[in-house]
Amino acid sequence: MEDPLALVFLTAAATLRVATPLILCAMGGLFSERSGIIDVGLEGKMLMAAFFSAAIAAVTHSAWWGVAAGIVAAEAMALLHGLACITYRGNQVVSGVALNILASGLTIVWGNAWFHRGGQTPALEGQGERLLPLFFPRAGDSILVYLALLAVPITWWVIARTRFGLRLRAVGEMPLAVDTAGISVAWLRYRAVLLCGLLAGLAGSYIAIAQNAGFTRDMTAGQGFIALAAVIFGKWRPFPAFGACLMFGLLDAIAIRLQGVRVAGLEVPVQLIQALPYLLTVFLLAGFIGRAVAPRAIGQPYEKEH
Amino acid sequence: MTAAIELERIDKSFGSVHAVRDVSLAIEKGAITGIIGENGAGKSTLMSILYGLYHADAGTIRVDGQPVRMESPHDAIAHGIGMVHQHFMLIDSFTVLENVVLGAEGGPLLAKGTAAARSELERLSRDYGLTVDPDAVVAELSVGEQQRVEILKVLFRGARILILDEPSAVLTPQETDRLFRILATLKARGVTVVLITHKLREIMAATDRVYVMRQGRMVAVRATPETSPEELAELMVGRKVRLQLDKAPPHPGEVRLRAEHLGLIDRRGVRLLDDVSLELRAGEIVGIAGVSGNGQTELLQVLSGIRPPSRGTLTVCGRTIDAGHPGDPAEMRDLGVAHVPEDRQRQGMVAAFRASETAILGYHEQPQFSRTFLLNLPAVGAYCAKLMERFDVRPRVPGLRSSSFSGGNQQKLVLAREMAQQPKVLLVGQPTRGVDIGAIEFIHRELVKSRDAGCAVLVVSVELDEILSLADRILVMFAGKIVGEVTSGRADERTIGLMMAGARAPALGGAEGA
Repeated sequence: MEDPLALVFLTAAATLRVATPLILCAMGGLFSERSGIIDVGLEGKMLMAAFFSAAIAAVTHSAWWGVAAGIVAAEAMALLHGLACITYRGNQVVSGVALNILASGLTIVWGNAWFHRGGQTPALEGQGERLLPLFFPRAGDSILVYLALLAVPITWWVIARTRFGLRLRAVGEMPLAVDTAGISVAWLRYRAVLLCGLLAGLAGSYIAIAQNAGFTRDMTAGQGFIALAAVIFGKWRPFPAFGACLMFGLLDAIAIRLQGVRVAGLEVPVQLIQALPYLLTVFLLAGFIGRAVAPRAIGQPYEKEH
Repeated sequence: MTAAIELERIDKSFGSVHAVRDVSLAIEKGAITGIIGENGAGKSTLMSILYGLYHADAGTIRVDGQPVRMESPHDAIAHGIGMVHQHFMLIDSFTVLENVVLGAEGGPLLAKGTAAARSELERLSRDYGLTVDPDAVVAELSVGEQQRVEILKVLFRGARILILDEPSAVLTPQETDRLFRILATLKARGVTVVLITHKLREIMAATDRVYVMRQGRMVAVRATPETSPEELAELMVGRKVRLQLDKAPPHPGEVRLRAEHLGLIDRRGVRLLDDVSLELRAGEIVGIAGVSGNGQTELLQVLSGIRPPSRGTLTVCGRTIDAGHPGDPAEMRDLGVAHVPEDRQRQGMVAAFRASETAILGYHEQPQFSRTFLLNLPAVGAYCAKLMERFDVRPRVPGLRSSSFSGGNQQKLVLAREMAQQPKVLLVGQPTRGVDIGAIEFIHRELVKSRDAGCAVLVVSVELDEILSLADRILVMFAGKIVGEVTSGRADERTIGLMMAGARAPALGGAEGA
């Protein structure tokens, strides 16, 4: 039996570890969605970033090159999304779903062609190729965990206190008002989408080279969608969204601890426990948290009538 | 005259529509210039070109004598031009201050810029009488206040030239007066004002000079003191127009529709209608006046059977409708209640349908239009042609898509459909919204004709002039209630305006009929 303090510490650490990609991804999604661009493609961005960060880290033996590659990959996806949604005014959900499918397929095809390991990348060695814990080896506190914690107040500050944030909020509510104020709607939204790519890239890199030691197929396993749910949960506000990410992280950490637990003499199926966070998402989103008010212009391409 | 802005030979087409044709005009510095024209005459398009929202196909724009290119609103703002749009460009969830600084934040961080903006806003409010609380959330402001925010936004950007597009469309008469006082103050301080409107009275009251547009062309310019509403109307329409509606005194008959204590509460518990009682008699026109959004839409929905009332009863031709016994539009139609909806594009017709189909919508099951399974298309076409002839719908092509007709002709078609049924009760919402003067005259005369034939007519309109000239009795709605009743003849705009703004006024006469 571990002592209670250690248990609390380890659970908290596990929560944070699991929540880190969610937080980074949710902050990214928040920028995109506050600008009026729905981002269903968070999952695909993370997956693409996970693949490239693991692949490049393996090839260059440098975690930092891996992170850089992850960011570039996610930004490429973000640009594609921007091109489809902003420049060509396509359907944002369709574009996001397409990017997810694209990422899922391409990562495996490229992985196979590159490393011949059934879509996986070579296992990363600890020294230099992975982002290792900084202070507490058992807690897994890599630098990206701290970055995720910092990302929340920074996101809040940018949105609430800066010119860019004001315009971002405005363009998500009423792009026509932004246009008539002499501000470019497209450029504003592109910047939001690129910020989203940056953060999703960090999230994907974290999953591949900090949380794990390499890429496996579809390794993001729906975390992009959970992050998206956290954004909606948090009513498109940074701190509440952060709270939602922590809650999902905690549920996940508990789920891991609960494996093999017996209730009334019956073993609780692992699948049920693993499904808990998702079940809860459905229940909570189905009205438990009250009506979430989305940015008014979300999902609508901006078109002048001529 | 020194010109603040000169437009020279501006031309603009949207696809096959030639919206602005070879228009030139000069806007005098420090004066109020009006641009008047019917809906679709090209006024708003012209101003959107000046503001950089659209690009002209040809022509030159000069500001203070210098030719300029207006690539986007950014350029227009840089040249000191500000625009107050008909549909406000305000973000509802933002505060006044946030709305004002948007696009002119004065630096990458908000704190410093907004502090400066706050004191500048105070100065502007004081100088121009534009009082509004900088920390109020826009969604909670009245329409008049929101308009003041729009003007402040423009002034805050240092605009020397202010363009207002149909500014009074959403205001009560009192608010309109206040707006004109503000404009006069602006003028006194050297601001150049351009007022776009289709209301003759406002041109006469507020402007120094007026340009008249018709079908994309600039047809005349007059010094306001030297012209008259009659002359301007004639220039706008291109022929003589009677502004005054001639009608004989009404001969009210039996009560055709009686509403008693009608209430309507929506899912969120908001009271949309509150204790509305009214009677509608054969041979009279009752007008419902009020600022848009005070329950008129919902009243029409209840009276026409689209929504059941939550409280109270509605008795129409012997049938009693209440929350437990809801009616539906088809049943109401069978009872003899015809309805011309406020939003004709969405409720009055199906845009993609042929005119002939629009002409029988809702009555398509009558034996004259339908056989067992199929529509009798030749009969429908012939019927539509007859209606078009009788109601002067142009072009007279029953096979043309409904959306291809102009607003006025669409309205005439919908009105024709309903009137042709010789209803006992006729409910009309916004009879002339988006309709040009020529057609307004026609529609008004038809409504009076149908009254004289013994129909009970209810007209809901946000145009007070229209209510004043059409109605025999006027009911004023505010916040879902009927706050006053005025008999035509004793009606004056001031009193009604006060009631529309929610100030309680004693009912002036007219109650004896009820």
